Amino acid sequence: MTPGTNAGAGEGAPVKTGILDRAEFLAKVMIAPAIAYIVAMIGFPFVMAICYSLSDATTGDPTLRIVGFQNYAAILSDPVFRLALKNTFIFAIVSQSLVIILSRILAASLMKPFRGKWIARFLVMLPWTAPIALGTIGWLWMLDSIFSPIDWIFRTVGLLGTPDALLGPETNMYWLGRPGLAMASVIGVHVWRLLPLATVIQLAGLSSIPQDLIEAAEIDGAAGWRRTVEITIPLTLPIIGIAFLFGLIFTFNDMAVVYVLTRGGPVHSTQVLSTWTFFKGIEGGDLAQGAAISLFLFPVLAGVATLMLRLARRAEVV
Amino acid sequence: MTGIRKLAGRGGLYAVIATFAFLGAFPFYWMIIATFKTDHDLFSPLNNPFLFNEPPTLDHLKLLFFDTHFVTYLVNTFWVGTAVVFITLAVAVPAAYSLARWARGWGEALGIGIFLTYLVPPTILFIPLSRFAAALGLQESLWSLILIYPTFTIPFCTWLLMGFFKTIPKDIEEQAMIDGLSRLGAMARVVLPLSVSGLLTIVVFAFTLTMHEFLYALTFISVSLKKTVSIGVPTELVRGDVFQWGPLMAGALIASIPVAVVYTFFLDRFIAGFTMGAVK
Repeated sequence: MTPGTNAGAGEGAPVKTGILDRAEFLAKVMIAPAIAYIVAMIGFPFVMAICYSLSDATTGDPTLRIVGFQNYAAILSDPVFRLALKNTFIFAIVSQSLVIILSRILAASLMKPFRGKWIARFLVMLPWTAPIALGTIGWLWMLDSIFSPIDWIFRTVGLLGTPDALLGPETNMYWLGRPGLAMASVIGVHVWRLLPLATVIQLAGLSSIPQDLIEAAEIDGAAGWRRTVEITIPLTLPIIGIAFLFGLIFTFNDMAVVYVLTRGGPVHSTQVLSTWTFFKGIEGGDLAQGAAISLFLFPVLAGVATLMLRLARRAEVV
Repeated sequence: MTGIRKLAGRGGLYAVIATFAFLGAFPFYWMIIATFKTDHDLFSPLNNPFLFNEPPTLDHLKLLFFDTHFVTYLVNTFWVGTAVVFITLAVAVPAAYSLARWARGWGEALGIGIFLTYLVPPTILFIPLSRFAAALGLQESLWSLILIYPTFTIPFCTWLLMGFFKTIPKDIEEQAMIDGLSRLGAMARVVLPLSVSGLLTIVVFAFTLTMHEFLYALTFISVSLKKTVSIGVPTELVRGDVFQWGPLMAGALIASIPVAVVYTFFLDRFIAGFTMGAVK
């Protein structure tokens, strides 16, 4: 017996020989590559991002010279940044509020037994399971300035394209060409994309409600809407919260939808922080300001993530 | 009376489901239509856009496969996805096993810490990582993506696998060790075969998540021949003023539907991993 084998004994495992049977040693060896990779490829770049944001690095001259907080001062005085910040919040909050309401309705419907459920489920899940950039390409064509099928329907029913039509005399809506409509379009695509995820999360919440609780309420004569308000919603509140927070993180960080649909246009009216980071930091070559823009919302995201963890803990207790 | 109400409720249910299914799937239907329509039909504003006003054509598919780099994008995507899956398995399996079997206090914190790194957004990491890739001479190389994609597959898959390993009783491998296997032998011969479904799940996730990825690919790759489908289709086929809508839609459709089908089967597990239901 070698002295090291005692470590394995703590596991209640039989004593073996050889260094690879020592549990403590093995535990560290096996987790080491994951830790090393995460530190090198996530931890270190994260610190680098902070350093860049305090420097004057550009792609032409990427050496780090710390210049203090002047990048943050510069981006804050930039009207495009302020617009992007505002848009980011509008997109995230409006789209997630819609997603929560719609996913609740959809999840409640999917809970009931009906024929053809698997095909309905597949169709409903498509927007989440298909690569986002490619799904958005489909929308780009649907929102085309001339050949949009939505415009075609509007024209056919007389809402568009005649002098006294409700939506105007032009033949098209120009969905992505007008600031307000472009915003609505981006929000719409975000809702479309994130609805399936929120629905599955809500389904998990609904199916975790003990059945006898609902039956008891039925016996007590509680009507459908009362059961919803007094039992289902309170019991699923933590999981609704999780769905909301996940959606917020996704919309805060997503850039594919805006990049493919509008590239932030027209005139920055759909610019968000993620796309602005890309345009400034990569295409514009200003690494320092790009890093500052991307880090700007990190405190908010960290807060959201913490809140989510807490809710998740609570949801498990329920 | 109740019969009528029941029937109305039934109808309402189907109406709700049908509406959502329609909204979810319509853009893909729209891709199918555009894929097979002739250009003349596609670009006549007066034609009913929902129907084939002229006989369907395979021209767009021919153009997509023979006159664009679409096939190269598919091959690139497949290669990157496969390499990332292997790296993820090699790193995440031992890490998850270690966390599931030996983690006491520090290990649990470490597990949550690893999961949290998944939430560090690519928008923060891509600028420093682009400098890394440059420093390593990997600009315009698929290797940069292979190196970087595990930043999101490893944390998530480790977390998910940890949950799977925890459900396998310790006694089974202890029995195997009494029967003469070493610890690693017990892990390889007993634990891994019992977690096939868990391993399959992370293979699917690692692969589909790399196919979904957009930002890193856009940042690191600008040479047409090195692009993945996720960026190749939106950036190379949408170019200039003349949009090749037919081939474009065909490309988007062909690349997204198979991923969607595979992903759908594993969706519940994905959510379980996400909402931390995996650890129980």
